[in-house]
Amino acid sequence: MPKILDRSLIGKAFEPFDVMVEAGRLRLFAKATGNDDPVFTDEAVAKSRGYRSIPAPPTYVFTLEMERADPFDYLDLLEIDPGTILHGEQSFDYHQTVCAGDVLTFENVIADIYDKKNGALQFLVLETKVTDSQGAAVAEMRRSIVVR
Amino acid sequence: MTQNSSTSSDATGEILASLTKPPISRHTLALYCGASYDHNPMHVDLDFAREHGVDDVFAHGMLSMGYLGELLCRIAGPEDIRSFSVRFSAIVPVGAEITCTARHAGLVERQGETLTALDLLAVDADGATKLMGSALIAINGKNS
Repeated sequence: MPKILDRSLIGKAFEPFDVMVEAGRLRLFAKATGNDDPVFTDEAVAKSRGYRSIPAPPTYVFTLEMERADPFDYLDLLEIDPGTILHGEQSFDYHQTVCAGDVLTFENVIADIYDKKNGALQFLVLETKVTDSQGAAVAEMRRSIVVR
Repeated sequence: MTQNSSTSSDATGEILASLTKPPISRHTLALYCGASYDHNPMHVDLDFAREHGVDDVFAHGMLSMGYLGELLCRIAGPEDIRSFSVRFSAIVPVGAEITCTARHAGLVERQGETLTALDLLAVDADGATKLMGSALIAINGKNS
């Protein structure tokens, strides 16, 4: 039975942080996911297809959110060991295309904490708001983490 | 801005695209660990995995979701995807060969746009479901 998560942290908002979208990291991500479409690695190809720069593939905003010193800060706060978690659900809503060179702002909030099976499994829901340098909406993410 | 024009008809229930990725090796997991910024040792450190009660490391859920994202980008460009969500049904172990499919699930009106709904599925070589999800994409009226 895992340690009971602190329900008083529902609604906890974390300090917003900025991340720059870098072409080199996009290229590594394309290699790691075995995606050989040159639009995701080649600036000239991206521009020829009408993008301002190399576009980010659909799940990349999740990676950008983790590009910081302590991407598990919300787990640390809840005293959750990363060795005990499973990714339960993930959703994205998109408002703009993300491209290399963009600087995005991320705001995380603990949206919910609950349990099932009389506490044998606990769940944490983290919501992330992603905005651009003008404060306009780029994307929203919602993740459900299962704590074994 | 779409590519890989292998889309078939728009009939609801029709499979619009499918993709089988190479089996996920330990090398794949190591590359994805670094590239994804998700350094959770459960995906690459066998000792850590065993200390936490599992026999072996397993793949990041987001790696398979990335494969579904690659599939979506064969039907539409990233700028056409309005929403994308999955449930992770089962752990993806080392060696898993993932096949992703996108099935037409009807049209949806949202904020003045007609969007195509897709049912998404990622299964392993035995047909076991690993991810189930959906997406809304704006491909109506565009050359696909």
